[in-house]
Amino acid sequence: MEARDIGVSSPVGLSSRLEAPSRRWGEKAIFAALAVCAALSVITTTAIVISLLGPAFGFFQEVSPGDFFLKSEWAPAQELFGVLPLVLGTLSVVLWGLLFAIPIGLGAAIYLSEYAGPRVRKIVKPVLEVLAGIPTVAIGFFGVSLVTPLLQDIWPGEFLGGPPGFFNAGAAALCVGLMIVPIISSISDDAMRSVPAGLREGAYALGAGKMRVALRVVFPAALSGTVASIVLAFSRAVGETMIVILVAGNTPNLTLNPVEPIQAMTAYIGVTATGDIATGTIEYDTVFAVGALLFVITLVANLISIRLVRRYREAYE
Amino acid sequence: MSDEFEPRTERARLAVAGARSATMAALHDRPTGEAVRSLIFQALIMFAVSIALIGLAALLIDAFVEGEGSLSLNLLTEPTSRDADNAGFRTAILGSLWLIGGVVLLVVPLGVGAAIYLEEYANRERWWNRLIELNIQNLAGVPSIVYGILGLAFIVRGPLDLGFVLAAGSMTLALLVLPTVIIAAREAIRAVPPSIREGSMALGATQWQTVRHQVLPAAVPGILTGVILAISRAFGEAAPLLLLGAATFVTADPSDPFSGDFTALPVLIFEQAKQAQSELRELAAAGIIVMLAVLLAMNSFAIWLRNRYEQRW
Repeated sequence: MEARDIGVSSPVGLSSRLEAPSRRWGEKAIFAALAVCAALSVITTTAIVISLLGPAFGFFQEVSPGDFFLKSEWAPAQELFGVLPLVLGTLSVVLWGLLFAIPIGLGAAIYLSEYAGPRVRKIVKPVLEVLAGIPTVAIGFFGVSLVTPLLQDIWPGEFLGGPPGFFNAGAAALCVGLMIVPIISSISDDAMRSVPAGLREGAYALGAGKMRVALRVVFPAALSGTVASIVLAFSRAVGETMIVILVAGNTPNLTLNPVEPIQAMTAYIGVTATGDIATGTIEYDTVFAVGALLFVITLVANLISIRLVRRYREAYE
Repeated sequence: MSDEFEPRTERARLAVAGARSATMAALHDRPTGEAVRSLIFQALIMFAVSIALIGLAALLIDAFVEGEGSLSLNLLTEPTSRDADNAGFRTAILGSLWLIGGVVLLVVPLGVGAAIYLEEYANRERWWNRLIELNIQNLAGVPSIVYGILGLAFIVRGPLDLGFVLAAGSMTLALLVLPTVIIAAREAIRAVPPSIREGSMALGATQWQTVRHQVLPAAVPGILTGVILAISRAFGEAAPLLLLGAATFVTADPSDPFSGDFTALPVLIFEQAKQAQSELRELAAAGIIVMLAVLLAMNSFAIWLRNRYEQRW
């Protein structure tokens, strides 16, 4: 209060002279334009939801949700709309793929963060990430031309009902697994490296060996990041299209057996919704119903992994 | 170290020796089981890394071995043909380049704009800004085929009703890679230290002048790296294009983004890989080599750009 009295010029006058001479409409317009760019992401999500839900709603007026989720035969041409074979087809590829990718990805992450020297790490990590950047068409071709024949050659006799055919879930799972290894290894490696060195040093001081530190200290401390990487890998694997169309085939099949041909949800959409499909038919609507299911599954997985990543960031950074 | 300490009395000497041997025993005589297990563990994780590396190598070698026979300049100069001997990828490569051109035109202003908003203007306490952030993170994980459905329902048909044209493909691919660009651009903008902004503001620049003349120029290399990575993803993406009417047998070069009948390199490769007929398969492998070569070039450029212009503050 007293400062005002002894001030050379009144603060009111000062602040009015500091104010911009114009209202700066330009700045405001730019702010609005930038906000629109950011809001576009929300618009995209809304558009996805609307474009999926509209036709899916129409679909569920024709087919009861009970039939859709519980019946076990999928043949839209014969009006059989049980989605289970497609879901199980996707699960078969994803689960076998994770079974391959989790040990490899976590092993690679532990190696990169705890064992590899900085020079090795600087080479190996980007090379692994190259795998994530290879177009999935190329991985699918690799599956058809090398992985499936290889599996057929080394298959142990009648195990699981004989060697896999030309189309099979197992080879697709290996290819999808290869694609998601870098997701698991990269994110887990980041999580393990963000575990404070003090925790490791404490364990070493108590006489623990390198393996014990890696498995009993670093791995549990980085668990939420590791789980997040696996959930993200799951989401990627569920949404993968080209590999499953090329390698796993297009036969809806209610099985988790890796030697069998299957049709995944994405593959159904990919082969059904090509350019010449007629709008308004029930077949057109099935694409959106299956797409909506796919979107919900990946949405849940994404939200879980985002939450988990945030947790390890908050804990150690 | 032990030499420096001379125990004065016999008793002290005994005590020190005892303590030392106990410590040494504890440090060295670890149960042999643990040493063996530790070695096995190390072998296992190195095995895991090598499996992944071998998988990558096998993929590249396989494409090369299968496609080697068809590798020639004809791949770049000839259009698609039913005759596998004369077939090339010219129309598909041009289609992909047109698609990518459209993606760049859309994704750079939109992605950078969104990143500037989130980093420089948005108040993180507001729920809508947090919603936008969460939304972008989720969009990054939405399957590409779902973007295809979006493109089919909203851009090809529905509100925009463009029909099965190249521009619809560009717009869909742009939406698909937009989150990648936003996330990379945000990181690049965040890496510009606050002191630069404060200095500019203190000299009387407005917020936009600060962003435009100080922050953005400093963040350009990081943003470009993100854009190139996003482009390489869009370049190799086939799934959404299947839904958007990317035809497989197009012999005419694309000439206008709003004309129909376009194709793209990964779509053509997919079509050829589907046919077990061996000549087409060889062609698919050759196409993969071309595609990987383009990607390698783009990524090397991104790495070069990052190393060339990387700034340390």
